[in-house]
Amino acid sequence: MVTTLESVDVVTVGVGWTGGIIAAECAKEGLKVVGLERGRERGTEDFTMVHDEYRYAVRYELMQDLSKETITFRNNRKQRALPMRQLGSFLLGEGLGGAGTHWNGQTWRFLPYDFEIKTMTDKKYGANKLSADYTIQDWGITYDELEPYFDRFEKTAGISGEDKNPFWGKRANGYPTPPMKKTPILQRFEKATTDLGLTPFMLPSANLSEAYENPDGQKINACQYCGFCERFGCEYGAKTSPEITVVPAAKETGNFEVKFNANVVEVMKEGDKVTGVRYYDTVTFEEFIQPANVVVLTSYVMNNAKLLMVSDIGQQYDPTTGQGTLGKNYAYQILPGATGFFEEQMNTFMGAGALGMSVDDFNGDAFDHGDLNFIHGASLSMTQTGSRPILSNPTPPDTPSWGADFKRASIENYTRTLGVGGQGASMPHKENFLALDSTYKDIYGVPLLQLTYNFTDQDRALHSYITEKTSNIVKEMGAKTVAARGSISDYDIVPYQTTHNTGGTIMGADPDTSVVNNFLQHWDAENLFVVGAGNFAHNGGYNPTGTVGALAYRCAEGVIRYSREGGSLA
Amino acid sequence: MAEKDKNFSRRDFLKTSGIATGALIGGGIIGGLIGANTNTKDTGTDAPGTSGGTKESSSSSVRGLTFFKSMAEFEVLSQATERIFPEDDLGPGAIGLSVPYFIDGQLAGSYGENSKEYMQGPFFEGEPTQGYQSRLKRNEMFQQGIQLMQQEAQSRFDTKFVDLNGEQMDEILTAFQDNEIKMRGVESQFFFRLLRQATLEGAYADPIYGGNTNMDGWRMKGFPGHQLAYINDIESEDFVEMDPKSIGMEH
Repeated sequence: MVTTLESVDVVTVGVGWTGGIIAAECAKEGLKVVGLERGRERGTEDFTMVHDEYRYAVRYELMQDLSKETITFRNNRKQRALPMRQLGSFLLGEGLGGAGTHWNGQTWRFLPYDFEIKTMTDKKYGANKLSADYTIQDWGITYDELEPYFDRFEKTAGISGEDKNPFWGKRANGYPTPPMKKTPILQRFEKATTDLGLTPFMLPSANLSEAYENPDGQKINACQYCGFCERFGCEYGAKTSPEITVVPAAKETGNFEVKFNANVVEVMKEGDKVTGVRYYDTVTFEEFIQPANVVVLTSYVMNNAKLLMVSDIGQQYDPTTGQGTLGKNYAYQILPGATGFFEEQMNTFMGAGALGMSVDDFNGDAFDHGDLNFIHGASLSMTQTGSRPILSNPTPPDTPSWGADFKRASIENYTRTLGVGGQGASMPHKENFLALDSTYKDIYGVPLLQLTYNFTDQDRALHSYITEKTSNIVKEMGAKTVAARGSISDYDIVPYQTTHNTGGTIMGADPDTSVVNNFLQHWDAENLFVVGAGNFAHNGGYNPTGTVGALAYRCAEGVIRYSREGGSLA
Repeated sequence: MAEKDKNFSRRDFLKTSGIATGALIGGGIIGGLIGANTNTKDTGTDAPGTSGGTKESSSSSVRGLTFFKSMAEFEVLSQATERIFPEDDLGPGAIGLSVPYFIDGQLAGSYGENSKEYMQGPFFEGEPTQGYQSRLKRNEMFQQGIQLMQQEAQSRFDTKFVDLNGEQMDEILTAFQDNEIKMRGVESQFFFRLLRQATLEGAYADPIYGGNTNMDGWRMKGFPGHQLAYINDIESEDFVEMDPKSIGMEH
């Protein structure tokens, strides 16, 4: 028995940053919006006991319940894909605010180079810099076109920062709030990088340096530097998240409703338009159809791609022929870095998720790659996020992993260790892609998404180059022992690395090479929009949320225009 | 460096914990300590190394096992965790921090039951890069692993695991770590990693979960636990010492 509900103007699948932004913008324009959220309602009041490393950081309280749904994974097409039975390499969110509740708040704009990477690479290095196996392409939008949307997202979120980086794109406006406190630990990085001839600046942060009211009239508080950001919610309402900004802004219009425990399993399609979505109430397992004039997929990378695949919308990418776009250009990131062991104790347990300083001298195309066998690079950062004792047991090389020597070394070094890490950009490769699994299903009987992914030669070369740069910085900072991260071989889904998964529903200027146009409108169904990091044609050297937020504002404009005028916007 | 650091840590620990470390240092003590902790169910909370006459220990009520059914199994677990995180001059080890009780409680709950993991079949052995592919739950792995520790003690040394000396225990644990022990449904190195990780979790989790007794794990490490804010301290050039706080409430 399926119950068909009253039709609305816009339905979003998921209510995190992208769903919240679409809802706020459309509802302000008078469109009736329903957000379907598979998880529960939650907010600042739920985080008063959040200073609990075990529950939140180790046992993943705020993350997706994999007993209901996961993905399958293999390194290459010859392997049998098997379920990711426990979270590891990346942490998928669930519940109101999505991953925007438990993010760190590091809020970057991708570089102008990122949006035109193919054109700029060919122009500077010739067409054969990378082999044809690397499927880099321009994004169908330039940085300058996207700049107003970046500005919009930063103002909504109240980002704290300073415009001192010579390598990033031009900003129309300064940051809405000043940078965070430059602590002694960050000053150490600042001095070392300056002495090395690099150009440090405060990392743009959504943990606000001061109280702020955004253009929607929503208030965000000042960060207290308590050291519990990533994997946690903020009990102060000081880490910008959807549920303290765009969700209330949408609700205040009277045009927005969130339905919780609503897990969407299909996008309904008739001819060349979509008609709505089918979902399960996760408590009663009742089935509903929510008709809508416009459907916007605003869930995470994995689920956006999966919904298009199970709904048979678009052409699945085939690595043998290179045909098809859905599932293509899945990319991840690589994490070169070095750890320094110091003589003196430091306040490493204090911090905030986006408290840090960075250099971009080795990111994008800021340095010459003529003699290097890779393109792009990494932002290098010293972050003071707040080390916690269960997951932070740093020991110098050759220390045993348990027993008396381990205990002594891990205790001594807990407050004497600093790390410099790079977020290495990852280039898409023809063998890395998303598809549907033929064996495993979720609890709703829908096939799981299948990830085929491995690091490539480009990734490995970039990793070793950047690792050396980070080692030099740590050494310059005065570490008595420097331990560089080992080289990477095969991608391993077990240890946590980064939740910066991208691709699969990529944007572009041409329907033959992309899933959505530059308003994030689907090429095959004009009233369907798909927005998120899945739109990235490759992965950059930064955290993705700033760019995702900009794309969501761009998408909202598209939905509003489409609702008035109809037709393809590209 | 080491001398200065050690002095600081020890001083800090002594100042805040009230533990008479002098009586507890030394390899021979540990065996007796374990016995005292595990054989006296009725006064389990008063185990040496966890007492120190603090208000917490005297006000907490009886303590018992919620997953393990036999004290013999629990004693094996206790000694294994103590080898991983031993008592020393910095402070208590796993037993003194009640890590075995922490693990017992976790195995009885959602952690032990894998309630947030994808446990649907079919099950296949995968590549190491594909991770956990066992149909066993964590609490089943612990039960099997502990039985095998007993068996190894019998076959290698013809005695019980708890009666081995430290080096002998380490030999068996290392065999698990090196994947030399044949387990059913899981590789022994995977079980060992779980055991090691659970030991650290019990040492350093908030004491509301039953480990980290008196927050001594935090004291040793210089982690102040649940502080509301560091906004007034984060610019300090000096290391800031604070008495740790739990998120729990006093009863």
